[in-house]
Amino acid sequence: MATSTHRNNNQISPGIDWVIVWVYAALVAIGVLCIFMVEYKPGINVLQSFLAGKTNYSKQLMFSSICVVMAMFILLADSKLFTAFANLMYTFGILLMLATFVIGKSINGSKSWIPLGGGFNLQPAEICKIFTSLALAKFLSRQETDFTRLRSQIIGGCLSLAPAVLSVLQNETGLALVYFSFFIVMYREGLPPGLLIIGFSFAALVIATLVVEPNTLAIVLTVIAGATIYFTRRARKRNRNLLATILVVWALCVGVQRFAVPYIFNNVFQCYQSTRIFSMVGKDYDCSQNRSALRRTADKEKAAKKPDDYNVRQSKIAIGSGGLIGKGFLKGTQTRGKYVPEQHTDFIFTSIGEAFGLAGCGVFLGLYLFLLLRIINTAEKQRSIFSRVYAYCVACILFFHIVVNVCMTIGLFPIIGITLPLISYGGSSLLSFTILIFILIRLDADRQMVLR
Amino acid sequence: MSVFNQSRSGIIQIAFGFVFLVIIGQLVNLQVFSAKYKLAAENNAIYRKIIYPDRGIIYDRNGKSILENTIMYDLVVTPVEAKGVDTIGLCNLMEIDTVEFKRRMKEISFKNGIVRPSVFEPLLSPEMYARLNENMYKFPGFILSERSARTYPYGVAANVLGYIAEVDSNFLRKHADEGYENGDYAGITGLERTYERILMGERGVKRFIRDNKSRIQGPFENGNYDTAAVAGKNLHLSLDAELQKLGEKLMTNKVGSIVAIDPRTGGILCMVSAPTYDPNYLTGGQRRRHYGELALDPRLPLINRTVSSKYSPGSTFKTIVGIIGLTEGVINANTRIGCSGAFYGCGNGKPKCLDPGYFDFKEGIAHSCNTFFATVYKRTLDQEKFGGADSGLKTFNQYAYSFGLGKRLGVDVPSEKNGNLPISSYYRKIFGRNWNSCNIISNSIGQGEVQTTIVQLANVMATIANRGYYYTPHLVDSIEGGDDDGLLDTFKVKHYTKDVPDSIFQVVQDGMQAVMEFGTGAAAKVPGVVVCGKTGTVQNSAKVNGVMTKQKDHAFFGAFAPRDNPRIAIAMICENAGFGAASSAPIASLLIEKYLKDSIVEPDRKALVEELSKKNLIPPLMRQAMARMDSIKLAKQLLLQQKEKEEEDTIEEEIKIDTTSEDFAPKPLKHKPAKDSGRKAVAYSNAAILTDERKNIPHKKPTKG
Repeated sequence: MATSTHRNNNQISPGIDWVIVWVYAALVAIGVLCIFMVEYKPGINVLQSFLAGKTNYSKQLMFSSICVVMAMFILLADSKLFTAFANLMYTFGILLMLATFVIGKSINGSKSWIPLGGGFNLQPAEICKIFTSLALAKFLSRQETDFTRLRSQIIGGCLSLAPAVLSVLQNETGLALVYFSFFIVMYREGLPPGLLIIGFSFAALVIATLVVEPNTLAIVLTVIAGATIYFTRRARKRNRNLLATILVVWALCVGVQRFAVPYIFNNVFQCYQSTRIFSMVGKDYDCSQNRSALRRTADKEKAAKKPDDYNVRQSKIAIGSGGLIGKGFLKGTQTRGKYVPEQHTDFIFTSIGEAFGLAGCGVFLGLYLFLLLRIINTAEKQRSIFSRVYAYCVACILFFHIVVNVCMTIGLFPIIGITLPLISYGGSSLLSFTILIFILIRLDADRQMVLR
Repeated sequence: MSVFNQSRSGIIQIAFGFVFLVIIGQLVNLQVFSAKYKLAAENNAIYRKIIYPDRGIIYDRNGKSILENTIMYDLVVTPVEAKGVDTIGLCNLMEIDTVEFKRRMKEISFKNGIVRPSVFEPLLSPEMYARLNENMYKFPGFILSERSARTYPYGVAANVLGYIAEVDSNFLRKHADEGYENGDYAGITGLERTYERILMGERGVKRFIRDNKSRIQGPFENGNYDTAAVAGKNLHLSLDAELQKLGEKLMTNKVGSIVAIDPRTGGILCMVSAPTYDPNYLTGGQRRRHYGELALDPRLPLINRTVSSKYSPGSTFKTIVGIIGLTEGVINANTRIGCSGAFYGCGNGKPKCLDPGYFDFKEGIAHSCNTFFATVYKRTLDQEKFGGADSGLKTFNQYAYSFGLGKRLGVDVPSEKNGNLPISSYYRKIFGRNWNSCNIISNSIGQGEVQTTIVQLANVMATIANRGYYYTPHLVDSIEGGDDDGLLDTFKVKHYTKDVPDSIFQVVQDGMQAVMEFGTGAAAKVPGVVVCGKTGTVQNSAKVNGVMTKQKDHAFFGAFAPRDNPRIAIAMICENAGFGAASSAPIASLLIEKYLKDSIVEPDRKALVEELSKKNLIPPLMRQAMARMDSIKLAKQLLLQQKEKEEEDTIEEEIKIDTTSEDFAPKPLKHKPAKDSGRKAVAYSNAAILTDERKNIPHKKPTKG
């Protein structure tokens, strides 16, 4: 069907990858159905409630029609537009995020929304992903950029992380983490792998700090350092600095483990964030050590205590009870009973897990993986670096969203507010992913062109 | 550069694939290998609601319902919706104060949450319901919720019908597989208990999907897994409600019991245990108020004395002794035995005999001659063919067993006692190997170790009436919709006595007829009906302050009527009422008349009903216990008032009152008359029982007689 469509539309929109378009459409449709599943109550007139615009699924349907219009605009636009305006749009995005501090509105505890009137809100951090992708693509595709140089790498990193910093300041940690996915793009473009290795090692160290008892970990680290010194005794003779390096790394590790991590958990994170991260690895976090909790206790004389793993537990129950083939469409008892909080947004995956079981989840994730690999394939076909970098950005952002969201519902990742691309309820999210993907399709259609 | 980095594309793709594999791995773990999530989801989201069927109705022999269902109302509140309630108005209607109101709301919210409906006040009285119903619009969040409760339209046969109550953990443990749950009701005593499985019906289960706040969302799978409730089956009794009512009226202010049996079927016509209570006191909201009083009353109104109390049967037992003697041939109908005032067959002049004379069998029964039956008993046991009292007693007991004595009859009310027919090994322990009939001669007149329940005695009367067979006495005649479990099968089996020829029954019946015509029962004639009867007067004693003290005699009476084609056999006891002929016999005669003639019309008989029912024959020991308890209660109240007043001089006075009342009822009475059950009688309030009778318990020493 895709090929025939391709042929028929050859004249109107040459080079458009209809496979991606169809996968996109399928995912949006699945999303609307999932929200319908979550909100369904027996005895309603389905057609009427779809058209009335009062329920979330009918709203989502409305958003998707807006997205269709948006997609058409993008497909009709000139590819050069995106390269030309990349930096401008990035600046605009940063300004929007800064504006949020002034005119922003607080939703669910994060002041990261700009009210648009009519009940609609815009989350600049969401839109800014597109602008950052374009800006990064633009920067890397510049003829004068030599990405083997440290300077370029630092600029690239700053470009990627600037919105993340602003996002953290808006108390929207989840979206901030997304910007770290640009490092995968930069890795593809020549970032030394050592950086990623150091990054992963650091993550491993932090997790070990949480899991292993501090003194034991310190001893283990010391033993590793000692062993390394012993095994490198020959190399050390040739390179005097090696011993110093090992010692510095050892000191850093122990420092991080003994002081930095506890300090961050107690003083930087909110109590609930620390608790969630700790509960991920199966540990309890003592909130009485948390400064923000203490401050709140002092203010209110009473810290609100509620089981923080309720969400994960209910979401695991929902997915786990689905079994091999699931309970069937609209038959999920967890979903019908509204046991999973935020099920139409962040926890939408649970409705699929419960209704369609492992089989459904497999097909669904397969669809996502197909989309990701297709995008990477497309990226590698591009002649211009701009298009390739941008395509990688799209793939990595999608990947990060999907993995973090799904892992969070199945208890492999702490709960942070990250949506499931194209599925979760929410106009902002849907629109930004639509724009992200359709710019890619537009650029891909012009892959013979060299864009800079 | 880009060519060099081409390989990294592959690495990225592999990494993507790997992460997805990890996710799938966790999904497999959750969805395929962890069964607990499925269970957790069921527990979370499926609410099983048990649908209680209507309990079966119990009808008497004339088809009048004596135990049926009624609808009562609970006041139910959903705290979250209870906004803008006219609290003061509600409190006034409920007769509680606002503090209590707030306390209850807080408790409900704490226990059951604020979004679920909870019972604010269970089982409202009809007046309360009427008052609330008019004003419900003022109390948003409150609703009146229907609930089925038991009601006893005639207010009779409390001990027979029994009551239902919430099951306790002990019950749940015993009936673990029968699907009872906490908060369920089950029959605790009486027929409600015996026929629990018939009456309860089959519960239905409805499954609902509930949400995270336990609100019902709708039926689960469109109700495909639901089961319907099946109403309990109705029971038809042989009991006659009118007769029962009269019996209970006549037994007012007396302690004792009456059992009347239809000899032709074994169906129990009335089963009175006195004192009794209005069974409606133990239904619905009344129960909480009255149960304690009833349970602690020294007269033990909750006991069904007809089956649970064992008595020495006294002279009524002479009929059995006579039948056995005649059958064994140690006497015949014309054998005359002289009585000079006592029995000298064993040399000690015991037992004594009231009217001396020279009696044949008929006269012996009629005058209830102790010497006559002691002689018969001795002769029976000492027959040469037995070669010893051991064997003689064994044969005697075999006859007695065949009359249904000495073992549980299998009446369909719970806690039946088996009575006692002592066996030789028992006497060997007491008297040694060479014990003889003289050791146990008091059994001959029903005074020794022989014990029977009243229902056994009634059954003996029925057996004599039937001339040699009986059906196990029972209350339930038929079960509507069929007796699927064969519960009534045992009641259709004819039990024959051990080789007693018809002629001997004739002789015994002659004797019993003579009792009513010119013997001890002459006072209890029923006009126009040939009644055969036998009185009994039983000595008894009770422990008072640790000393066995002789109490006033128990009055027994057993009878059947009419002599030809008997339709009613009756046995009764009035505890500590004195001579059997004086109180028991007239009551029995009135009941016989009522049953055979359907009503008591003659004015003198009507007057007798009133006279007897006004007679106060509560045993003195019980009166003392009650009086003492009343005075303690009074003294406590006075002391309480005292403290409020805080006036020293009056305190002294009140204490004096307290001590005087202690003098009046000298010591704590640990035991009731010994022949009653051995349960501790604790003095306590008893307002629930027969309220008019309380007027008859004056604060004075009980008069003898």
